[in-house]
Amino acid sequence: MTALAPSLVRELRAICGDDGVIATPERLLVYECDAYTMEKHLPDAVVLPRTTEEVVRVVKTCAAHQVPIIPRGTGTSLSGAVLAVDGGVIIGTTQLNRILRLDFRNRRALVEAGVPNLSITNAVKHRGLMFAPDPSSQPSSTIAGNIAFNAGGPHTLKHGATTNHVLGFDLVLASGDRVWLGAEPDGGDDVEGYDLRGVVIGAEGMFGVITQVLVRLMKTARAYRTLLAVFADPDDASQTVSDIIASGIIPVALEMMDQPITRAIEEAYHFGLPVDAGAVLIIELEGHEVGLDRQLHRVLELCRKHRARDLKPARTDEERAALWKCRKGAFGAIGRISPCFVTQDGVVPRTRLPEIMRFIYDSAKQHGLGVANVCHAGDGNIHPILFYDERIPGHVEQAYACSTEIVRRCVELGGSCTGEHGIGVEKVDLMSVQYSADDLAAMKRVRHAFDPEGRCNPHKMFPGGKRCLNFNPARQVAV
Amino acid sequence: MSCVHCGLCLAACPTYLETGDENLSPRGRIYLMRHLQSGRAALNEPAVRALDSCLGCFGCQTACPANVRYGELLEHTRDHIEHRFKRPVLEWLWRRGFIEQVFPHPWRLKLALTPLKLIRQLGLEPALPSFVRRMTALVPADCRAVPMPVNSPTSTAVKKGRVGFIEGCVQRVMFGPTNAACMRLLNRAGFDVVTPPGQSCCGALYSHSGQLDQARQCARRNIATFENLGLDFIVIGASGCGGALKDYGRLLQDDPAWADRARAFAAKVRDLVELLPADLVESRAGNRESRITYHDACHLRHAQGIYQQPRALLQALCGSDFVELPESDLCCGSAGSYNLTQPAMSARLQQRKIGNILKTGATTVVTTNPGCMLQMRAGLAAAGRPDIEVTHLADFLDHALPRPPVRPPPLATALTQKQFSWRQPRP
Repeated sequence: MTALAPSLVRELRAICGDDGVIATPERLLVYECDAYTMEKHLPDAVVLPRTTEEVVRVVKTCAAHQVPIIPRGTGTSLSGAVLAVDGGVIIGTTQLNRILRLDFRNRRALVEAGVPNLSITNAVKHRGLMFAPDPSSQPSSTIAGNIAFNAGGPHTLKHGATTNHVLGFDLVLASGDRVWLGAEPDGGDDVEGYDLRGVVIGAEGMFGVITQVLVRLMKTARAYRTLLAVFADPDDASQTVSDIIASGIIPVALEMMDQPITRAIEEAYHFGLPVDAGAVLIIELEGHEVGLDRQLHRVLELCRKHRARDLKPARTDEERAALWKCRKGAFGAIGRISPCFVTQDGVVPRTRLPEIMRFIYDSAKQHGLGVANVCHAGDGNIHPILFYDERIPGHVEQAYACSTEIVRRCVELGGSCTGEHGIGVEKVDLMSVQYSADDLAAMKRVRHAFDPEGRCNPHKMFPGGKRCLNFNPARQVAV
Repeated sequence: MSCVHCGLCLAACPTYLETGDENLSPRGRIYLMRHLQSGRAALNEPAVRALDSCLGCFGCQTACPANVRYGELLEHTRDHIEHRFKRPVLEWLWRRGFIEQVFPHPWRLKLALTPLKLIRQLGLEPALPSFVRRMTALVPADCRAVPMPVNSPTSTAVKKGRVGFIEGCVQRVMFGPTNAACMRLLNRAGFDVVTPPGQSCCGALYSHSGQLDQARQCARRNIATFENLGLDFIVIGASGCGGALKDYGRLLQDDPAWADRARAFAAKVRDLVELLPADLVESRAGNRESRITYHDACHLRHAQGIYQQPRALLQALCGSDFVELPESDLCCGSAGSYNLTQPAMSARLQQRKIGNILKTGATTVVTTNPGCMLQMRAGLAAAGRPDIEVTHLADFLDHALPRPPVRPPPLATALTQKQFSWRQPRP
């Protein structure tokens, strides 16, 4: 943390008002981390601009003072991507929270950066529309934050991630220049030239501050079939996942939970889940009523082929909602069975799912840790949750070593070190496992084109940044 | 404490939605509490302001996947603040000397309202200074108490049980007819209703403002009053009190003499709507002449987790005339004495609520808590829409149902009716 020039704080106050600038140490405390609590860094100031113009002025002021800027939404990110590693000014988008235009005929919405994901769907659901990406943090996480991480969710499998649903956005570069990338609010869907919109999505806020977003709205499906499939052996469950995808059926969601997590959920919410099952799958199909049952039939056949012990289709909307509630509440339930836990995020090719699952169990055992698994199995996106106890000496280090081992294995199996939580500060060292020095140099050149001074959200993504891993984590939650 | 810092509570916090400042969010406040304990943060002005700004609406508890009991943390932290932090004299007087001395005591509240009635009759209200007017605007024009009979037996053929009725301090003074309506509904649903004299404030006002000892005193008095009456349930028509009453078990858990009694009491507490059968009202289609919407009182929705039953009753009764209110479960800014201690934020939330009500085109807003009713009525009047009615669910249902044949009360009951209990021992 570097001391900010008092003149900078004065200038920021002149732009955003006294309420819009936080610069006292006790009020900055909560901004020292996001939902990844293993590392903490205090920012020098937080500003909460209310308009794009204010954002531009704040960014220009920071540029004049050569101070790092860090865009931040509601801070639900899980990799420390909004930490002020070297101090600097956090630009919070939470006051940019208006839905500006709903264009039902063209199925688009123009919203400000700080609008939470779920608010978009809530504003359009009466017309049978929705914003498709549905990360579990969707009640809080902002649309600009979803763009920063190209957020997914259980229904990514069929609908795609954020990049498939964001048409364009207004970006304020670190210099203070404003550009609109992608489709314009009044323009057509396709834009000539390079797809710079696609470059910025998933850039973890390193290319500038997003202030307005044009999103695509999708029609909600007419009918759903949601199935709970119970397996004695987790291997059988992962094989079923591979087979369903191989058969050409694309479920809208295909989630897997193993025994420890199923137990935790059952203890917490009493949904009536089988606590002795090796693993359960939640399989959801959607589409038109006609033909859906034939698909379901095919899925049931595949489950039986892999020795599914029990198959329970949800009969009513309430049952379906209950099933999803139990899936999305999974992480909260962990708080009841372990004092501390860390959630990892990795991706493997779907066909390697059984292999990585076995590896996770073995690795956790070797390190003397408990483990539970929730995964977006259809995408091969795994979320092993490692339990540890920070009061036992060395346990935290074991948890860290084990999770690194798992993610490295994902990369070795042809996957990647993160599916949706991002690199942030958490996984900067793993980037060199995944990419060669040349790859990283190329990425840095792209960044240089947007932010030549490297002042926007510094020390993230690329190895060699500043780190001070403080091994005093509280707890961790994910997705 | 099992807070995992995930941030899912942020979207449920009214003060965060208004300011976008994480210090004014549940996650921020929990972080602050944690560091007040660890010593990294000092118990100073900004810290106290951040905690004072919390409405105590429990919206975050509904949203929390890890089941963090934020309300308990807040109560204990506030208790700590009131004992360790020296507030400015005027503020201290306002909280300790006025709010806590008047509102939990029905007769003092009545007394305090008398000059206002006089001022209103003389037409002098506009002459009051604006900060006083903002408060007097909350007081309804027709505030009156209705004496409740000690015993009100049901006339239905099948008796479902015997319930004790808690009148609520503000409800009894300002919304007497609502309590009478609650009683008629309970009678109609098959319950004998007992309203014992000597009941005290539920203690919510104290526990929310960091006076846990006084809250415990209130609880003990109520437990003693109700425990030997042979009751199946203890019923309350004001949601704000209901949440506190259901919490007695925890409030007195460390008091060996009272812990079991408190748990037994709390297990019997029900909100009025929990005892009304789904078939109380006949289904109607709606006549499109009116539009009815429903505002979730925080302490019914978030503290007690009740939101389906009132909607089901209203939907049955109003059919297509019932419309959902956007952000119906977001606090209206009343929040106990919050509108008296934090008028600026309270006014912002009031405006937000009124904006949402106007969006629905509703002619009537139904809710279940006197505080919310006062707040929304004042807000609608200020917005130039006093024609939109704000009513308690009990009044709404009672009004819509056909009157049962009037049966004169037995003479004995009539004689024991207490007009008004002027002597209220202090809790």
